[in-house]
Amino acid sequence: MFIEEHDAKQLIASGGVPIPAGSVATSPDQAHSIAREIGTPVMVKAQVPSGKRGKGGGIVTCETVDDARLAAEQLLGSQLGEFAIDRVLVEACATIAQELYVSVTIDPAAGAPLLMLSTAGGMDIEEVHATTPEQVQMVPVNIRAGLGAGQAMDIAAATGLDLSLHAPLAGFLLTLYGLFRRYDAQLLEINPLAITTAGELIALDAKLIVDDNAVFRQPDVGPERFTGTALELEAKQQDFLFVELDGDVGVLANGAGLTMSTMDAVTAHGGAPANFLEVGGMAYKRATPALALVLKNPNVKSLLVNLCGAYARTDVIAEGLIAGFKELKPEVSVSFCIHGTGEERAQQLVRDELDIEPHETMDDAVKEAIAKAAEAQAGAAR
Amino acid sequence: MISTKPNVLVQGITGSEGTYWTEQMLAYGTVVVAGCTPGKAGQQVAGVPVYGTVADALDVHPIDLSVIFVPARFAKDAAVEAFMAGVPSVIVLAEFVPVHDTMEMLAIARANEARLIGPNCPGIVFPGRDFVGIMPGWSNKLFAPGRIGVVSRSGSLGALINLNLVAAGFGQSAFLGLGGDPIVGTTFHDALEWFEADPGTDAIVLLGEVGGPMEEEAAEYIPSLTKPVVAFIAGQNAPEGKKMGHAGAMVSGGKGTAASKMEALAVAGAHVATVPTDVVALLRNL
Repeated sequence: MFIEEHDAKQLIASGGVPIPAGSVATSPDQAHSIAREIGTPVMVKAQVPSGKRGKGGGIVTCETVDDARLAAEQLLGSQLGEFAIDRVLVEACATIAQELYVSVTIDPAAGAPLLMLSTAGGMDIEEVHATTPEQVQMVPVNIRAGLGAGQAMDIAAATGLDLSLHAPLAGFLLTLYGLFRRYDAQLLEINPLAITTAGELIALDAKLIVDDNAVFRQPDVGPERFTGTALELEAKQQDFLFVELDGDVGVLANGAGLTMSTMDAVTAHGGAPANFLEVGGMAYKRATPALALVLKNPNVKSLLVNLCGAYARTDVIAEGLIAGFKELKPEVSVSFCIHGTGEERAQQLVRDELDIEPHETMDDAVKEAIAKAAEAQAGAAR
Repeated sequence: MISTKPNVLVQGITGSEGTYWTEQMLAYGTVVVAGCTPGKAGQQVAGVPVYGTVADALDVHPIDLSVIFVPARFAKDAAVEAFMAGVPSVIVLAEFVPVHDTMEMLAIARANEARLIGPNCPGIVFPGRDFVGIMPGWSNKLFAPGRIGVVSRSGSLGALINLNLVAAGFGQSAFLGLGGDPIVGTTFHDALEWFEADPGTDAIVLLGEVGGPMEEEAAEYIPSLTKPVVAFIAGQNAPEGKKMGHAGAMVSGGKGTAASKMEALAVAGAHVATVPTDVVALLRNL
């Protein structure tokens, strides 16, 4: 779950990280009064669940309160990438002496937390890492021991910053690592972490991504602002991971691995999948609502059902699908391939209840579904 | 990995899934010596004695492997209990385990020189010998004793390929389900090492998925193998996942796409299929 800047800053501030004075505005007038209250100059920053706001024009520096109103007027209601801007953060400008990059993330190769720190902070840190990797410290952390004070001091000292900054920076790293753990973060990134002209550390931006699997134990986090299509939202409310795509072959398979492979086969045979729908684990018992989701997509011109049961019982899935077919009476053609756990009964159910003969191989089912979609498209064009 | 038939402990044996799969494992020949559920000591499930703690079970039985049938949010505590009690290998089946929990399980396994398999994995099958987990090891359409080592992140894709292999007359020396999460305890590299050393394996089928660096890492190891590898990567057309910020880009270094994995595997000398059904054809052509 992507936590937007303002919310992330509130969370890290409650954990002891200094942030600039500021508040969220949903109208130009509100932006004006916040700017008056905290004093100019201010930054007006679009609050959207995405990075790269600076380069996208989502961050405006304003010298006067009227400029802040104007900036909010321009940002609110406009688009930043795929996201509509409905709130802005109005924030005091810091007097910056130097910008650092600091993050704690997860190194999947090591299976462990990774702390990263660079004195070359700002927007182009990826470029810095690509061209001069020695400018980015990457320090793995033993999750059982945690980040040690001595380790934090060593990292701070290795920056080459003024000696007076080492202890405060080490303290900041310890706090940040603690917050990474406390909020089940996949990423906690402060870019930039500013050193002010007064020699103080302050987090000018904060990016927090919380592990979706851990949201249940994070009462301070969420709810997530949903940014997908109406159908994707409906799927999410039913606990399905569903993505609408541009193609016309509706795909229903069990398990993420088989679903992705089925989409690959549709593409390899010249077709285009209309959706990605993950019906994994226990979700195999919910085939009826899964089918309803796939069929609600108006782009679907044929349906491909590819089941290969291991843990999931294909006869239970077939029962759910048949119930769905009887209720929804879809007009699109359906191509089946059913193998694995429960296949004899599942195949028989499909024959008896739907009068459809399942294909022996997945490739045959895929090819038929693509041909049927093309026929339906041609029929619609006539 | 599990070269000889292990004595198995089932944690969460008294739950409906734990009970059902314990019965299936026993029927197939798996040696389930004990179960464990807090507060249920003294009960029996399918004739298997139940203990309240892993340590209590270990006092009475030799245990080589524990399989954990508890929900995701309790999986870490169960795995840590097993590792701390001295169980050398632990399989975590649950999906949706928080990734910080996985990192902790992995760190404790490493500290104890033990092995974690999973989470979010279907388990392991040794056709004709035993199986541990939630793959239907007894299905003679999916599994037959043979000389192909199959390793897969996904149970469902693993099932499809196993089905194709058996239909084509091949059999498996073992099926290892690693799990679909970004971090899993046992990697493709580990599995390749195991199959390379296994005298019962002639060729290896590697079934990867988009995301993470595990397939690319395995590719680096492939040139040193004496056994051929056939690979398929699922998700060549999967919608792009969440962007993980600058840190993610720097850590992954461009790895993680299906194209990057297929390229790395092909360069390393693996035979890479573009659709799943090609796996059998590539095996035949070896």
